[in-house]
Order: sequence, then C-alpha cells, then structure tokens
Amino acid sequence: MALRGRRRPGPELTASLTGGAPGLPAPSELELGRRAYRARRSRRSTGVALVSTLVFAVVAYLVVTRSPGWPRVQTTFFSLSVGRDAFPSILRGLWLNLQVLLIGGACVVVLGLGIAVLRTLRGPAFAPLRLLATGYVDLFRGMPLIITLYLVGFGLPALRLQGVPNSPFVLGTLAIVLTYSAYVAEVFRAGIESVHPSQRAAARSLGLTHRQTTRIVVLPQAVRNVTPALLNDFVALQKDVGLISVLGAVDAVRAAQIYVGQTFNFTPYVVAGLLFVLLAVPSARIADGVAARARRRQQSGSVL
Amino acid sequence: MSAVLDVRGVVKAFGDNVVLRGVDLSVDEHQVVALIGGSGSGKSTLLRCASLLETVDDGQVLLDGEDITDPRVDADAVRRRLGVVFQAYNLFPHLSVLDNVVLAPTRVHGRSRADARDEALTLLGRIGLADKAGEYPDRLSGGQQQRVAIVRALAVHPRVLLLDEITSALDPELVGEVLRVVREVAAQGMTIVMATHEMGFAKQVADTVCFLDAGVVLESGPPEQVLGDPVEPRTRQFLSRIIDAGRL
Repeated sequence: MALRGRRRPGPELTASLTGGAPGLPAPSELELGRRAYRARRSRRSTGVALVSTLVFAVVAYLVVTRSPGWPRVQTTFFSLSVGRDAFPSILRGLWLNLQVLLIGGACVVVLGLGIAVLRTLRGPAFAPLRLLATGYVDLFRGMPLIITLYLVGFGLPALRLQGVPNSPFVLGTLAIVLTYSAYVAEVFRAGIESVHPSQRAAARSLGLTHRQTTRIVVLPQAVRNVTPALLNDFVALQKDVGLISVLGAVDAVRAAQIYVGQTFNFTPYVVAGLLFVLLAVPSARIADGVAARARRRQQSGSVL
Repeated sequence: MSAVLDVRGVVKAFGDNVVLRGVDLSVDEHQVVALIGGSGSGKSTLLRCASLLETVDDGQVLLDGEDITDPRVDADAVRRRLGVVFQAYNLFPHLSVLDNVVLAPTRVHGRSRADARDEALTLLGRIGLADKAGEYPDRLSGGQQQRVAIVRALAVHPRVLLLDEITSALDPELVGEVLRVVREVAAQGMTIVMATHEMGFAKQVADTVCFLDAGVVLESGPPEQVLGDPVEPRTRQFLSRIIDAGRL
C-alpha cells in the first residue's frame, strides 16, 4: 500500500518511451544506435525461434510417419470417414458437456466463494463453521475426482431417498461442483488474504460492519486479484466435464466411446479430444489476456 | 468543558512488546492535539486504540463520556462517530473518488445517495478535487489521495478526527497541500488528534502537544512550551535530533 502513492508515468514519459511524439527532440546518435541494436536483436531471436520450430516439426513428422506402426495407427486413429460419421453424435454429446460446464461453473463460483468466506471468519463463535469449511476443502481437494464421481453417481441413488435424482447428468454435475468448489474456495481465500489488512482497517474505521467490509471492500478486490487463477481453473473444468461419461451420461466422450465400440476405430476419441481443445482455446486466451492486464496494472513502466 | 475524548491509563502490548504503559490524554471539543515522539513510542497504537482498531489491554477510552472500551459497547456504532486518516491513505482502489467518499454516509449512516453525493462534491470542491470525483485513486498523486482520505473521514461528520502520520508517506512538496486542508478543518472547529513528525505544523496548529516516549505521555502542554522549552531531558534530546535533521 505504501507504493500506492507512486505516480504513473505521465503522458510525456510514455511518449518518450515509445518515441516519435510531437514536440520531442530528434533522437540522438546514441539512441538511434541503441534502437538499431534492439531491432537487430529482436529480428535475430524471431529467426532463431522460427527455424528451430520448423526443424522440430519436420523431425517429429518424419519420426512419426516413418515409424513401422504408422500406417496402422493412421487408419485406426486418423480415419477421416470414421471421424465424419461419428462427428454429429459427438457434437450432440459436447452440448451436454457445455451445459454441465456452464451450470456447474456457476455453482462452483457461488459455493467456492461461500466456503472461502466461511474460512476467513474470525472469532470463537464461528469455529464450527470454519472447521466445517476446512474439513470440506480437505476432503474434496484430496479425493480424486473420479472417486467422487463414483460415490456420488452410484452411491447417492443407491440410498433410494425420496427426491434424489438419478440422472447421471445431475449427479455428475454435482460431483464436479463438489470437487471444484474446494479448489476454487482456496483460490478465493488466497484472494481475500491478498487484500491488505489496512483496507479492512479503513473500512471498519468508517463504521462499516464486518459483513459490509467483506462485501463492499474486500471481496471486489479479492476477486479482481484472483481472476487469472480462476480462469485457469475454468479451463481445467472444461475438460473435466468429460468425466461425467463414467456415470453413463451420453456426453462427447461417451458418444465417442459408443462409436469406438461399434467400429473398433479410435478416431472418434481423437475427434472428441480436438473438440475439447477447441472449446478450451478461447477461454485459455481470455485467461492469458486477463493475466497480462493484471501484470501491466501492477508494474506499469517496468521493462522486465 | 467536558472532554470529547478521554484516554485513561491505557495499556497495550503486542506479545512481549508493551507499546503503551498507561497513557492519559484528554481532548476537549474544538481542540487540536498533536502527538509527537520517536518511532515506536506508541503514537499510532494510541490512535488505533482510540478508534477501536485495537483492543486495549487495560485502562479506558471515553468518547463523550461513554466508555468505548467496554466490550458490551457496539464497536461499529462507536467507529461511526470517529474519523480516521491513515499514513498510507488506504483509499479503496476499486471505487472511484466519489464512491470512496459517499460509501460510509450511504451505507452506514443511511443517507440518500443524492444527498451524500452533493455533500461529497462540496467537500471535494473545497480541497480542489471536484474534477477528480470520477477518477480512481491510483490515478491521483499521493497528496491528492490523502486529501481525499481526509474528506472521506469528514463526510461522516465525526466527533473527533484522528490523523495517523498522514504526511509521512508523501514527497515534501506534497506535504503542504495536505497540511493546508488539515489547517482549514481545524479552523472550522473540528476536534483533532494527530500523530505527526511535522513539528513546524504542530507548532502552528496544535493547542496541545504531547510527547510520547516508551509508551507514556512524558510531557504535554502548549506547543511553545513543549517544543520551545521542554522540561524533560528526553524531550529535549528528541527535539534536538529533529532540529539536527532540519525538520523544525
């Protein structure tokens, strides 16, 4: 917080860094030399990167295509006709994954935030709640997702309780929400703890209650601080929604599996895999963008 | 005249470190009290105890005669009657300048947004920052941020304004603009307790100067006496060091 007083470089300084601002004296010989050197260096590293990437790609291509098993692998994993046939049903399955992702993602944010707030409550009165939240996080962060899926997906309906749904879609979403909320709660907690105590002191000194302070002052800053980490978890969630297939929900993975069982050709898996990648790419780019913006905000003016 | 703020024998320790060893301090209405003393002498801790940001380990703090250190007292209700300004400004970075100022009046004091906004703009205008109302704090200089922080504290019409070394984080050239605001607020009759290293300012504005040393008020009185002709050898030693550093 002590650094808050530091002023951002003004427009004059920014202009001198980018060069060519009106009213700026013409660059000196020294500066021109430095710019030429930097441009040379930058061209050279781009060249090196391009060539090495190309060489690696060619070598990888040759090694794979010249391997003794390649023709067989090509027909079982990369068959265009099988892929085309399987595509529509896989795409329909992916729609289910997308629903799990969106509904589950929303639930994860709410539940995770709630648990994180519970974990940061102070005072002996809240000890049971705090303990409960800590126990929850320990349990579901430690339990492999696949086991949670089995326990929730097969265990809950086996109780035969009134009102417990037995749709693999609902149960699968529930299991994923349970696990991911534990992770996301920890991310939120880190965010809450990253807000300097002086912010809380300032809010309380204005007469805001603990609850108001948390809601109006701490959480907005906490969420902003951890948005890149949250988006990363969202990308992870995007592929883990494919795991609901183990409960029998006909999602993209399951649809591919059914096709594989019929044709003994693995191409549908590759198709499903690529579709998941395509789904993940936009959010990965958004995550990168948000992280870069956060970095710029924190260290404007630095060259490192 | 009864004291607005009355500190009686306050003790505060952080683990083994006893910061306040029985501090007495009485502040009357419209009075400006400057707390001076070296780092670690307990100035900030005293202010934090008075604003209930710390719990005292012994003694009492009375606000308008009410014992606010009583655990049965609603601490939030007490803090509503106080204004605190911190060394590091502590503006809320995710809120605009205006929202920083109207937050407590609307959320704590239940005033209408339009009403709070009008007053906030008037106050911001008085410190020359009305045009910055829509800006976010990190677009402001340190001096501007601190002036906004003062306005934020004033917007709740506090009984006492507690200023905790509010110029210590500022460039020398920005100190003046902040002190000018404090001087104006004092002139309007606000009761102020300020921890400060600005001896010249304390001399001009304060009615009483208290020298804290090792957790007690060693000496207090009118500024000419405490700063000009101190009785205690420790006070003299402290002031001579400040004079050597060119700060008085």
